[in-house]
Amino acid sequence: MLTISNLQASIGSKEILKGINLEVKAGEIHAIMGPNGSGKSTLASVLAGREDYDVTDGSVLFEGKDLLDLAPEERAAEGIFLAFQYPVEIPGVSTTNFLKTAMNEIRKYRGLEPLDAVQFLKLMKEKMKLVNIDQSLLSRSLNEGFSGGEKKRNEVFQMAMLEPKLAILDETDSGLDIDALRIVAEGVNQLRSPERATIVVTHYQRLLDYIVPDYVHVLYKGRIVKSGPKELAFELEEKGYDWIKAEVETV
Amino acid sequence: MNNQPNNDLKSKLLADFRTSEERMNGASKSALHQIRREALNQFDRLGFPTVKHEEWKYTNVNSLIKEVFEFNASSELTVEDLAQLESSRLDGNVLYFVNGQYQPHLSKIVSPASQLTITTLAEAVKTTPDLLHQYFAKYADFQDNAFTALNTAFAQDGVVINVPANTTVEASTILRFVSDARHLNVASQPRNLFIVNTNAEIKIAESFRTLGDQASFTNVVTEIVVAEDARVEYYKIQNESDMAYHIGTTQVHQKDRSHFYSATVTLDGGFIRNNLNIALDGSECEAHMYGLYFPNGRQHIDNHTLVDHRKPNSHSNELYKGILEDRSTGVFNGKIFVREDAQKTNAYQSCKNVVLSNDATMNTKPQLEIFADDVKCSHGTTTGKLNEEALFYLRSRGIPKVEAQSLLMYAFAEDVIKKIKIDTLREQLERRIQAKLAR
Ligand SMILES: Nc1ncnc2c1ncn2[C@@H]1O[C@H](COP(=O)(O)OP(=O)(O)OP(=O)(O)O)[C@@H](O)[C@H]1O
Ligand SMILES: [Mg+2]
Repeated sequence: MLTISNLQASIGSKEILKGINLEVKAGEIHAIMGPNGSGKSTLASVLAGREDYDVTDGSVLFEGKDLLDLAPEERAAEGIFLAFQYPVEIPGVSTTNFLKTAMNEIRKYRGLEPLDAVQFLKLMKEKMKLVNIDQSLLSRSLNEGFSGGEKKRNEVFQMAMLEPKLAILDETDSGLDIDALRIVAEGVNQLRSPERATIVVTHYQRLLDYIVPDYVHVLYKGRIVKSGPKELAFELEEKGYDWIKAEVETV
Repeated sequence: MNNQPNNDLKSKLLADFRTSEERMNGASKSALHQIRREALNQFDRLGFPTVKHEEWKYTNVNSLIKEVFEFNASSELTVEDLAQLESSRLDGNVLYFVNGQYQPHLSKIVSPASQLTITTLAEAVKTTPDLLHQYFAKYADFQDNAFTALNTAFAQDGVVINVPANTTVEASTILRFVSDARHLNVASQPRNLFIVNTNAEIKIAESFRTLGDQASFTNVVTEIVVAEDARVEYYKIQNESDMAYHIGTTQVHQKDRSHFYSATVTLDGGFIRNNLNIALDGSECEAHMYGLYFPNGRQHIDNHTLVDHRKPNSHSNELYKGILEDRSTGVFNGKIFVREDAQKTNAYQSCKNVVLSNDATMNTKPQLEIFADDVKCSHGTTTGKLNEEALFYLRSRGIPKVEAQSLLMYAFAEDVIKKIKIDTLREQLERRIQAKLAR
């Protein structure tokens, strides 16, 4: 589904991604871990199409299409969704309002009829229940004055609404209480299907108890320096990153 | 002051005044005419302002005074012609002026005479001279402002509204000033006077439109007297052509416990200067001022506001917002005076701008002059680009760039739009703004 080859990206003169290789197949869940500042969010942003970063080398194929050629909105319409680590506050735009526009733009891209107000509301009710989010939150200005947890929950709600083929969750678990964590995990697991895939960026093994990954990768200084089965996450939890850093430095 | 190189318009106006005076035959001795003559002399002394004048630093009237205009040109505007202005049917009292002349066949007054008297200025001169004598030109100062002086000297028509004490005017009143510039350059100088007596209430809107591609010049002055406990909602909506010049002063005088609530929305217009001056000459008054301007192309929109807190315990609140595109320019100058007597004043002012192009310019200047010690005042101006983070967020959800931009701009503008409480007017503006954003 997603093939990242030798991806290099920088901002200004600062190189951040220094050759990422990653293959994600439909049906899989990949966890990406790694120390602060190693480039995890950068990778997520580059995949979603943030224009601040210059891709200096490498390629990204999504279902055979050159992803780097597409505008962010086209990537979304192709089925990519990024749950942001720091969701932005947008005064004057409510979740309900913009999400309806977003859904219908995506449907238009795919050659589908727009949803009418009734269909949209029905879908919303269903997904609201799934992520246990309140209507009042969705009619407020997007993320404005939301608590950390509410912002994350809103990201998962949008993901549930848009049903992406590839969801990228950037630290969606941080700042969540245990109940919310379970709800987020449920949201992801609901989407789990042979046609879909998920990349979860996290610092905590805890989340992986709920969302069991097929692979765990360690990103360090802009490269994936280690990959392994889910057990790798336990090892990291126990031993930290020093041993990996040491391994990298000796190479 | 008379040393401007291109002052043809000025000499023409002075000559016009003298010619009409000669034809007046007796009426030139009236008290009203004495005021006009005084205003003319003042205009003569002041001359048109240059950019050296502090108040006109960013607004250069040179190209305006080089144009040749036909003042008060007659126009045969029909109901069918109005359809070109795409205005949906407005409720309430609707009065049309075309090139400054009242159009009874296009207008309607639905409010009963018990709720308000509404007459044209030309009529009021004949029927209620005492009322005019009491109020006309008593508030809008022409000593310092050449355009107000000019209007005072020349204004032939406009609207005089008088709302009796303890009366709520249920219907809203909409004054539409149309410049019919289809055939020639036209100019008009409407003059309005609204007297809202003790504990009375009214909603009034002034709308300015242009027909045709020739140049037009509107020099309007509106005086609003808000008596004790009275409440006034006032909207000024400008949707004129790129060839339109507009200079306007709205002068408000508030007494104890009165409320004045206003929004000035400028969608289009070539060259615009709005002065909104509010004298809070009473305690426990409230004044709210909202503004939205949205220039593109080479449009120039200048909003000057002045709030003069003269008495204690009053509250003023101001929010102006601008979206600037292309090579347009905007000016916001907000003055707040708090006089020595005006203790416990609360005054807030904020001006926020989004500049969408590198060639657009916004000049903001808040000016606070505070002579009392126990006051709460704050002001702030921001000028920036559209929030890139927000734009990326929306696009990452599937909304194309242009739509995402207009969504953000609409959200920005909506703060002001939703302050308009005349529903038909607000809905019409919502549609026009959406349309301008979608361009
Ligand atoms: N806009 C930017 N300008 C300059 N440096 C940037 C910018 N964005 C990211 N960086 C730098 O790139 C590096 C990688 O940042 P990134 O946010 O991708 O890390 P991360 O792995 O997600 O970290 P964390 O675990 O703290 O979220 C950091 O050193 C960061 O400071
Ligand atoms: Mg990060």
